[in-house]
Amino acid sequence: MTKKIKNLNLNFGPQHPAAHGVLRLILELDGEVVEKADPHIGLLHRGTEKLIENKTYMQAVPYFDRLDYVAPMNQEHAFALAIEKILNIDVPIRAQYIRVMFCEIGRILSHILNVTTQALDVGALTPSLWGFEERETLMTFYERASGSRLHANYFRAGGVHQDLPAGLEKDISKFCETFPKIINDLENLLTDNRIFKQRNVDIGVVTKDDALNYSFSGVMIRGSGIPWDLRKSQPYDCYDQLEFKIPVGKNGDCYDRYLCRIEEMKESVSIIKQCLARMEKGPIKTFDGKISPPSKAEIKQSMEALIHHFKLFTEGYRVPKDEIYTAVEAPKGEFGVYLISDGSSKPYKCKIRAPGFSHLQSMDYLIKGHMLADVPAVLGSLDIVFGEVDR
Amino acid sequence: MNNLIDLEKKINSELTTKINKSSIKHDQIYVEIDKEDLIDVVLFLKTNKDTKFRQLIDITVVDYPEETQRFKIVYLFLSHEFNHRMILSYFINENELISSLTSVFPSANWMEREVFDMYGVNFKNHPDLRRILTDYGFEGHPLRKDFPLTGHSEVRYSEEKKKVINEPVKLEQNYRNFDYESPWEGTKYIKEISETNDKKN
Repeated sequence: MTKKIKNLNLNFGPQHPAAHGVLRLILELDGEVVEKADPHIGLLHRGTEKLIENKTYMQAVPYFDRLDYVAPMNQEHAFALAIEKILNIDVPIRAQYIRVMFCEIGRILSHILNVTTQALDVGALTPSLWGFEERETLMTFYERASGSRLHANYFRAGGVHQDLPAGLEKDISKFCETFPKIINDLENLLTDNRIFKQRNVDIGVVTKDDALNYSFSGVMIRGSGIPWDLRKSQPYDCYDQLEFKIPVGKNGDCYDRYLCRIEEMKESVSIIKQCLARMEKGPIKTFDGKISPPSKAEIKQSMEALIHHFKLFTEGYRVPKDEIYTAVEAPKGEFGVYLISDGSSKPYKCKIRAPGFSHLQSMDYLIKGHMLADVPAVLGSLDIVFGEVDR
Repeated sequence: MNNLIDLEKKINSELTTKINKSSIKHDQIYVEIDKEDLIDVVLFLKTNKDTKFRQLIDITVVDYPEETQRFKIVYLFLSHEFNHRMILSYFINENELISSLTSVFPSANWMEREVFDMYGVNFKNHPDLRRILTDYGFEGHPLRKDFPLTGHSEVRYSEEKKKVINEPVKLEQNYRNFDYESPWEGTKYIKEISETNDKKN
C-alpha cells in the first residue's frame, strides 16, 4: 500500500524571536527540508516615502533614523549627501570627520547587534550580553552629540546640527582603546567554537554571480569574495583621506559573513581613531545662510537673522529642480536615496533603496534544500532590520 | 570604458535608434529609451564587455498626474567593473503594460512588486505579481500623487464585534496644508565666520 505524503506549510513569524522583527515567512517543508520560502513583508510599512514627499527637507531627516534603527546616522548621511550634491555646497572638514566618525560608530552598533544575535539564534547567549553593554556605551555617545540614543536627527545638509560637547572626543578615544579587547572576547567565544561553526559553515552559500544578480551589497557581496565597498570605490565625505582595509570572504557562507563583520568592526575602530586624531576646531556646518539657520546669538541681535530663522523653520530651504541617486555604504549594504526635487522646499519624490529589501528577497534561493533549523542562521547572517525593509 | 564620456558615446553608437536622450550629471549617466526597447537595451548593458552593468540597484516610478504620459519608470544600474552608475528611464501612460525584467535580473521580482503595489503599474511576464508592502486586502496605490496622505481607511479593534475592523478615515482635525509660496528667496549673503559661532549659545 502506498501512502501519499503532503508537504507541510509552516508559518514562521510574524511573532518569532528569531525572525528579527516582523517577518512572516511561509515555509513549505518536506520533512525537515525546506522546499520553498515565501517571505511576507510590509507589517512595519509606515509610508516613509509618502510622508517625506509632504515634509520639507529638514523635516524629512528624522524619517531616516526610523529606517534601519540600529544605525540611524548612516541613513541620514545618504539623504544629506543627496541634497548637498544638488545644492552644490561644501561641507566643512570638521563636520565631515564628525559625520564619518558617527557613521563608523553606527557600523559598530549594527555589527555588534548582528553578530551577537546571530550567535543567539544558533544557541549562544553570552555574546549578546557582552555586546549589548558596548552598544549602550556607543548609544551614550549618540545621545551626548544629538540628544537621543537612537533617533538622532543629527546630520544636516551642509554639516551637522551642533558641535560635539566638551569631553566627548576624549571618551570616544578611550572607548577605542578598550573595545578591541571586547571584539577579541567575542571572537574567543565564537570564531573557533565547534557548535557555531557547525551551524554556520557552508550554510547559505552565495556565489559571486548570484550575489550580483540578486542585487546584494555590503557584507553579503564581500562575503562572496567581491571586493566592493562604496567607501573605497565611490568615496564620499573624507573617506578618501582615511586608511582602512576591506575584509573580503572566500566561500560566501554564513560563517564568512560573520568573519567579515568582525574584521569590519576592527577597521571601524581604526577609522574612528583617525578621525579623532585629524579633527581640528572649526565650523561644523556650511555658512550659506540659505541653508543653515543663524546661531542663537545672532537671532538675539539681528532682526534679519530672526526672519531667516523663522523662514528656514517654516518654509524651509528650496532645492533647485534636479534628479540624483546617491548611495552610502551603510552597515547592511548599499543604502541609496533617489531624490527628485522640483524647486520647492519639499522633495517631489524620494525613493529609498534599502539593502535589506534585496537581501530578504533572496531568502527562497538561499534556504532551498536546507534544514528548518538553518532558517534562523541564514536569516541572522542576512542582517535584516524591518524598519528599512518595510520603510 | 573607463570614463563616462566614452561610455556615453559607446552606448549611443551601439544602440543608435534605441536611445532617445542621454546626458551626464553628478558622475552618473542618464539615458532615456522607449518602453519597447527595454529588454534589448538592458541585455546589452548587462552583457557587453565595455558596459557590464551587472547589477540592478532599484526600480521606481515617478508620478506626474498632469502629464498624458503619467508615469516615468526609472531603473538604476551599477557596474562594479567600471564603477559607473546609470539611470535608465522611459515614460508610459496610466494603464500601459510594461515588460518585466525578472528574466534578466532575478532581483527585479520584488522591486516590480513594489512598483505595482505603490503605483499600480502592471508588468507582463512577471512570475508572481502580488502586493508586497501594503496590508492584505488593501485598495489603492499609495504613492500616486492623487492618493491622500491620510489614506482612505483606518483600522481599529471593535469591542462589539470582537475583531479588527476597517472603517473610512475620520479626522478630528483637517490636515493642515500650509501655503509656502512666498516671495522670500533666501538670503543673498554668505554668513561671515564670526567669533560668536565658537561660543556656546
